[in-house]
Amino acid sequence: MFLKKILKDDRGGQVFLTILLVVSILVPLSNLLVPEGSTFHLSTYTVTLLGKYLTYALLAIAVDLVWGILGILSLGHGAFFALGGYAMGMYLMRQIGDRGVYGNPELPDFMVFLNWSELPWFWQGFDQFWFAAVMVVLIPGLLAFVFGWLAFRSRVTGVYLSIMTQALTYALMLAFFRNELGFGGNNGLTDFKDILGFSLQSDATRVGLFIASAVALAFGYLSCRAIVQSKLGRVAIAVRDSEDRLRFIGYRVENVKLWIFTFSAILAGIAGALYVPQVAIINPGEFSPLLSIEMVIWVAIGGRSTLYGAVIGAILVNFSKTYFTGAFPEIWLYALGGLFIFATMFLPRGVAGLFKKNEAAQA
Amino acid sequence: MTYITRLFVVMLMVILPFNSSSFANDETPSDFVATLSGLTSSNFKTRTQAIDKLAQSKDKRLAMVINALLNSQLHYRKSDKLIAVLSEKNSKEYAVAVLTGEKLEVIKSSEWKKVIISNSLRTTLRDSLAMIELNDEDADVRKTAVAQVLSQIDVGQLAFLQKRFELEQDDEVKAQLNIAISTLLLKKNEGDTLSLIAKVKDSVNPSVRQVLAEVIENAKDPEIKQLATKTLAKIDQRVSRYAKIETLFFGLSLGSVLVLAAIGLAITFGVMGVINMAHGELIMLGAYTTYVVQLWLPNLIEYSVLIAIPLAFIVSGSVGILIERGIIRFLYGRPLETLLATFGVSLVLQQLVRTIFSPLNRAVETPSWMSGVWQINDALALTLNRLYIIAFALIVFSILLFILKKTTLGLKVRAVSQNRAMARSMGVKANWVDAMTFGLGSGIAGVAGVALSQLTNVGPNLGQAYIIDSFMVVVFGGVGNLWGTLVAGLSLGITNKLLEPWAGAVLAKILVLIFIILFIQKRPNGLFPQKGRAAT
Repeated sequence: MFLKKILKDDRGGQVFLTILLVVSILVPLSNLLVPEGSTFHLSTYTVTLLGKYLTYALLAIAVDLVWGILGILSLGHGAFFALGGYAMGMYLMRQIGDRGVYGNPELPDFMVFLNWSELPWFWQGFDQFWFAAVMVVLIPGLLAFVFGWLAFRSRVTGVYLSIMTQALTYALMLAFFRNELGFGGNNGLTDFKDILGFSLQSDATRVGLFIASAVALAFGYLSCRAIVQSKLGRVAIAVRDSEDRLRFIGYRVENVKLWIFTFSAILAGIAGALYVPQVAIINPGEFSPLLSIEMVIWVAIGGRSTLYGAVIGAILVNFSKTYFTGAFPEIWLYALGGLFIFATMFLPRGVAGLFKKNEAAQA
Repeated sequence: MTYITRLFVVMLMVILPFNSSSFANDETPSDFVATLSGLTSSNFKTRTQAIDKLAQSKDKRLAMVINALLNSQLHYRKSDKLIAVLSEKNSKEYAVAVLTGEKLEVIKSSEWKKVIISNSLRTTLRDSLAMIELNDEDADVRKTAVAQVLSQIDVGQLAFLQKRFELEQDDEVKAQLNIAISTLLLKKNEGDTLSLIAKVKDSVNPSVRQVLAEVIENAKDPEIKQLATKTLAKIDQRVSRYAKIETLFFGLSLGSVLVLAAIGLAITFGVMGVINMAHGELIMLGAYTTYVVQLWLPNLIEYSVLIAIPLAFIVSGSVGILIERGIIRFLYGRPLETLLATFGVSLVLQQLVRTIFSPLNRAVETPSWMSGVWQINDALALTLNRLYIIAFALIVFSILLFILKKTTLGLKVRAVSQNRAMARSMGVKANWVDAMTFGLGSGIAGVAGVALSQLTNVGPNLGQAYIIDSFMVVVFGGVGNLWGTLVAGLSLGITNKLLEPWAGAVLAKILVLIFIILFIQKRPNGLFPQKGRAAT
């Protein structure tokens, strides 16, 4: 079977997918069926929080694919994530219709506020879900393709590439902060009402989004796993370990890099698109270079190049972030900074590396 | 004023060593005093008369009195009608008695009453003030007075100007007077328009341009119209040339800020190959050092910047050495990990500053010798602090270049960066050199912070604003090349400022970023790539 083939040597992946399956059955049940006062009841807030973590996990897998497998440290994956989010946000914005503050059936509130008379061309079509869904894939993919095509062809590698990707997301952040660009400027897009006709406020929709995130995560994981197992994946690992040698043998290294980079950007875009309806806002802050670097640290904490390690890292770091920013907001940045230093110096293989060691000891 | 106090004041006046030439023949000091006392009258008419009379006075203290009147600072004490100028210093009010110059502390402001004047009186006073200043002994004061009249195209002052022109000895003031008079005459449409236009053709003053434009509009004589149009076009051309120089200056100053921020990075990243994401925070530490120095030595604000420079070097340099010894040395050869670890350091440093100094921006004072402008002509004025920063950037650059090229440390740094194993076998302590190099680069970042504290807000996010720009400058200039960093920083600064007028500040920045991203694709090793063995 296809699944069996992909997961044959992947104990971690098997465990991860099983847990994911169990969670995505139990969480909706305990939210919708278990009555509210019960100890087994999960509040809708928690469900949404978990859904958010799952989209982060998908994003982390995308980062791991380029960093852990392909060896490119991208400090700009936040840009693809945010672009996917904006595409979804535009659809949700159009769904508001005449229920906005200004009641304009055609224009989102911020455009009315800026005295715009008609919808800009790049907002056309976003009232259709299928169009927005295509854009969620197309825009991050296209940006990654163009950027990668330029960068990999001229052999920009290593630290240079990292800094370039950081500049990319920084430039996009500056651009999206501008009102003139037509994406709501500083405030971004918010005040969403419903998605595909279902109210975003209702518990059932929240649970639906959670399940969608879980399914996307599972498919994201499996597809990345499939790539790693394929011939392309092995070449990618070779690129990571010795790019020049591979080039001398006769491989077109830039093509390998380009396709995997683009695929990873698309995954990040999908993660962003699932993220936005759950947190109900998207603003230019998502482009900030800090967030993009944070994603890398999720992967580093979880363990590079294992894919499921990225999931562990994303959930672990974000869980502690939610906890610390609530309980000791002062300490969070110390903790995050400490994590960066600790993970790179003492946990080169991340949390997943700890498990692996145990496995090796048992065998 | 009681008779006794008045007598007392008069006596004081006689005792005090006043320059006798400041009193005109037909006026005695007591006249001035008497006129002044008229100001304290409750009768509006008496006050007006007093002011009219005051304006005719030639007493030296008149300018001060009129200025105080215009600024609503002239008061008199209710008890003894002592006239004084009230001013505030360190949130305490002081009164300076007009006649004696005696400084009094104001205990109760209700004891004092303001001398109130009407708007029409204000106009008269302003005129007489201009006249007083036009006749001042100091040529600079006279120059400012002429410029003031010209900028307001105050036709009413024409007669004063002409009178002064006859008396004027100073050539510069005379030339300015000539332009001002001609402009006012043009405005009034008096005299020979053609020769007047010829007289103002070398000025770039906005008033001259305004008046010329009016002349063109109203002229009936085609000859006048033609000459005025031609002159105006020429003036406009010169003004736009000065505007270009100004843009260039702004560009250079932005560029030197970039150079300052990036030059330390050029050492740590360029020479050592270490990605230090905490570089921005080392700059921030330098800026906070300036702030602390000013807190610590409030009486030495004038020297605070000079004191802060070596201190900031030491503070940031030692933090840099700590980072190198504690973290980076374990990660050599793993640049991406170094990047992440130092990013963690930057977060910790930011939060540390927030905990110690609060997350709000801190105000750093500018010493008076750094503030102000250098007025080159009517169309071009350069701010001094930017000028100093350009000079400072160049000095720092030269010192760094000197250290790297001419000192033993520099030799060792270059040796280790070119071939570590070989350098070690020659007896160079590579570890020690690493620490020193990193300390040097970090220290320079601290010094840059001192300079930045004079330009921007000092806050925990100061470093983040510069880190990406700094990397861009180093990468654009070519890694490992100090000259490349200088050229890249200055040219990026100028490009940014050239784009700004038609693209806006943010868009200009975005365009520059996109340009660099594309440029690196074309030339991955920057403007000045390293050649030969050092390139690897």
